[in-house]
Amino acid sequence: MKNTSYIYNEKKQESQEIGSMKTYINAETSRRRMKKRIFIDKAARILFSFTIVFALFVLGLLLYRVISESIGWIDLQFLTSRLSISAEKAGIKGVIIGSIMLISIVAPVTLFLGVGTAIYMEEYSKKGRIQSLINTNIANLSGVPSVIFGILGLTVFGRLFNLGSSILAGGLTMSLLVLPIVVVASQEALRAVPNYLREASYALGATKWTTVRRIVLPTAMPGIMTGSILSLSRAIGETAPLVVLGIPTLILSTPAKLTDDFTALPIQIYYWTLDAVLTKEYANLAAATIVVLLILLFVMNSIAILIRNKFQRRY
Amino acid sequence: MSNFINRKQNIKGIGGLKFIDSEKAVPIILMLIASVSILTSIGIVLTLLVDASHFFREVPFREIFSTKLAPLKENPSFGFLPLIAGTFVTSAIAMVVAIPIGLTAAMYLSEFSSPSRRRILKPMIEVLAGIPTIVYGFFAYSFVTPLLMKVIPGLEPKNALSAGLVMGVMIIPLVTSLSEDAMSAVPDSMREGALALGSTRLEVTLKVVIPAAISGIVASFVLAISRAIGETMIVAIASGSTKNFTLDFTQPMQTMTGYIVEFTSGDVGIGTGYYSLYAVGLILFTFTLIMNLLANYITKKYRKGY
Repeated sequence: MKNTSYIYNEKKQESQEIGSMKTYINAETSRRRMKKRIFIDKAARILFSFTIVFALFVLGLLLYRVISESIGWIDLQFLTSRLSISAEKAGIKGVIIGSIMLISIVAPVTLFLGVGTAIYMEEYSKKGRIQSLINTNIANLSGVPSVIFGILGLTVFGRLFNLGSSILAGGLTMSLLVLPIVVVASQEALRAVPNYLREASYALGATKWTTVRRIVLPTAMPGIMTGSILSLSRAIGETAPLVVLGIPTLILSTPAKLTDDFTALPIQIYYWTLDAVLTKEYANLAAATIVVLLILLFVMNSIAILIRNKFQRRY
Repeated sequence: MSNFINRKQNIKGIGGLKFIDSEKAVPIILMLIASVSILTSIGIVLTLLVDASHFFREVPFREIFSTKLAPLKENPSFGFLPLIAGTFVTSAIAMVVAIPIGLTAAMYLSEFSSPSRRRILKPMIEVLAGIPTIVYGFFAYSFVTPLLMKVIPGLEPKNALSAGLVMGVMIIPLVTSLSEDAMSAVPDSMREGALALGSTRLEVTLKVVIPAAISGIVASFVLAISRAIGETMIVAIASGSTKNFTLDFTQPMQTMTGYIVEFTSGDVGIGTGYYSLYAVGLILFTFTLIMNLLANYITKKYRKGY
């Protein structure tokens, strides 16, 4: 404000000096106009910051709502018992195990496919048509709605390979869904490895594969791990593909093999939310399951951030 | 001397398999791995096309443009216009929420806030994107709808409005972070030029930064629409499964994604009803693909190099 008033004082003097000459710049009006412009600027700043406050307010409301609905429902009994029709007796032991088994398929499969694809594109393929083809393809895949991946899983894994709605079918479907995330993260990690490390390795007589295996991959590992954990947290919260696979509504047994039918945290939230119309307590069970899911996601994302901060090196 | 030869052989070969030359084998193996992503795309398109053709063999193409959808009746009718209307209404409501809030939040983060404040606020906004959509569905159904029912009389317990509003909140971080990236990419020299001419921050933002970043901003809107069209769990829970052709957002409406979820989670068996979900899937896939390609085209075509 001080600066502007200084400028305008000068202008005022100028227009006084000109005196009798007809001037188009009137100091009074221009000062008023400037004040108005500055006022609008300040108002906009406040308005814009409010939109952020609003978004964060909704986030807070959502968390508050979920937590307050779940209070009194999360206890040892809830975490260690099996599913039950009775809301008081119901527990999510089998659901948690289902989610963990799902992740135990998604993690190795996406890591293998995702890192392999990234290495091929960054280290081996020639910059050109094949690379841009795969890149475009991955960009488009990441835009495909998850429910479409569900249809793919249902048709190919469920019906064609006859895996039904087993953990294997769910895990493979989910792996394809999160594959683009791992590929893009790994590509960025590999690209961040400086070329002089590769050249030093070649200069010592190492072959290309040795260089990739011993030098490039270990250096890029923190970035790859961060991306993989983030992709897993996507997989653990994703519902639509599993629903499309046709996971049965209520399974009372805990899955033991990879070919068993299963249920996972988001699926159980879905069914309990839908059934809350009939039994009111199911809404509390859904909220309690959401809290478990959110805690799991929070832990996974914290690990990803820790890895990034601890091992991140800038070259 | 023999030691030297052994080592030389060791360099070739993976582990103990000395008869495989890893330098030649590895690129081939990696290429096969990389082709999985392409196979996935081909798989999606083939699955949808092949099984949708089963559907179109039994149902005349004209019928999908009718407004009557009754797949499980004795004389089933497969008009997909109710689903397209439902998708359109929920997505439009979501955009009304996500575009203004997302863009102004991006303007604040990129042009008004101090760097230290941005470092705190941006990750907080992005937490919204990390919450699973099923949680938003629960929130919409058990909190937003009862709240809206107090304000709007005649609102059904399942309705397009609350699904659309919550979906909009879910999409805010997508619009914010993509628009913010586009605006941050505008060089400071342009801002300084405008500031030196006496512009206020707001004028710089509206008249210099946004025009310069417009391709990225519009692309973020298009991606947001694509995201809204493909969103499943929020609408499956909060928007209901009534297959009425209407644009009244206080009523329950089914979207394309909601139809797919309803039809696969029930035991429908294999019949025309089952194949209809592939036809709907094909329409959905086409819509989102067009949106994604459009976003890509806008960024490429109108990108300005500074």
